[in-house]
Amino acid sequence: MGGFNKVVTTYDEALNGLTDNMTIMIGGFGLCGIPEGLIGKMRDMGVRGLTCISNNAGVDGFGLGLLLEDKQIRKMIASYVGENALFEKQLLSGELEVELTPQGTLAEKMRAGGAGIPAFYTATGYGTPIAEGKETKEYHGKMYILEESLTADFALVKAWKADTMGNLVFRKTAMNFNPMAATAGKITVAEVEEIVEPGELDPNHIHTPGIFVNRIIKGSFEKRIEQLTLRK
Amino acid sequence: MALTREQLAQRVAKELRDGYYVNLGIGIPTLVANYIPEGMDVMLQSENGLLGMGEFPTEETVDPDLINAGKQTVTAVTGASYFSSADSFVMIRGGHVDLTVLGAFEVDQHGNIASWMIPGKLVKGMGGAMDLVAGAQNIVVTMTHASKNGESKLLKQCTLPLTGVGCINKIVSDLACLEIHHGKFHLIERAPGVSVEEIIAKTAGELVIPDNVPEMTI
Repeated sequence: MGGFNKVVTTYDEALNGLTDNMTIMIGGFGLCGIPEGLIGKMRDMGVRGLTCISNNAGVDGFGLGLLLEDKQIRKMIASYVGENALFEKQLLSGELEVELTPQGTLAEKMRAGGAGIPAFYTATGYGTPIAEGKETKEYHGKMYILEESLTADFALVKAWKADTMGNLVFRKTAMNFNPMAATAGKITVAEVEEIVEPGELDPNHIHTPGIFVNRIIKGSFEKRIEQLTLRK
Repeated sequence: MALTREQLAQRVAKELRDGYYVNLGIGIPTLVANYIPEGMDVMLQSENGLLGMGEFPTEETVDPDLINAGKQTVTAVTGASYFSSADSFVMIRGGHVDLTVLGAFEVDQHGNIASWMIPGKLVKGMGGAMDLVAGAQNIVVTMTHASKNGESKLLKQCTLPLTGVGCINKIVSDLACLEIHHGKFHLIERAPGVSVEEIIAKTAGELVIPDNVPEMTI
């Protein structure tokens, strides 16, 4: 079974081969369910010119915000980037390019990319600025635009539990974009809270089958909360 | 008197039905959750991957892995489910959500909505709004009828970049409840104490007024 043991023990091994100018897809919604250690490692490696595909761009000093500090991201593909002063500054100065993509279209672009589907029609965004330059088509009296799918050189995901074969289980809303991202990387690295032996995860309850995952590393997570809101 | 934010939410809550799956946008729409009628079962969908959103947690039950689409910490109700963003938008884009409530900068008489971008101001993104308006069968827009300067937000033609085309047919503003069909706004109810004349004055789009315009009950 050695051939299926995907566990690595260092972040160097986890991101071996990740170099400048690559396209990196990262799971997470806000700061929820992000591969914290892998993002930190990218910052430490100093890789530059990255295209990052992720629903959001972190906050100042945490998540993908870390990669903005030394201007490592060239282009960001995201649905909402509002929480980050450094992001705004680099966007306005032209150092950073952003391609805003509707959230559901972004999820489907990742899913389709992982599924080998190059493009798909969606009604989302028809007649809006994001439809500019895109093919349109009418089906059953409704208008749709053609959206191209996304893949990446590396997909970095965060899961709750993995077995050593790369089967993944996510927890609560920390799942979000992670299952689609896992399918769309040439190399997919999962950073997880706990690694167990094969057979310990119930096959009925696996969210992402191990075939999509190349490397697994056990991380330690701060799990910073973006908007702590308590009952009054 | 124009409705307060809380009263707007109360009026929108009257659109809820027992057994509805509902997506509430950020801002006033979120407040609708506070006015679900007693004895009515409604499941709230949060597009980051939760069906069955509950109230905010206590300090003891707060969980960083459980947030809503506004990135606030939340809880899940009995019978809730978690799922991926792709599945979440299968629900939304696929028309499986019974009612969507969202805010807007402008709506026009053709049912177009502008809610995500003001040119010249920093654009933060559309999040899930374009998917929500493209997929939902039943959308209620809740908004102020006019700007602070008195300029109408219910227009002949939206001036801001659009979020969706021909997708809005019901508006609850702070002055009135209106429907859109056949390229016109139709006045359905007025807020308590608000005159039809004021609504006419603050509606730039074509407005059809029936003989009797009842006051809304809140």
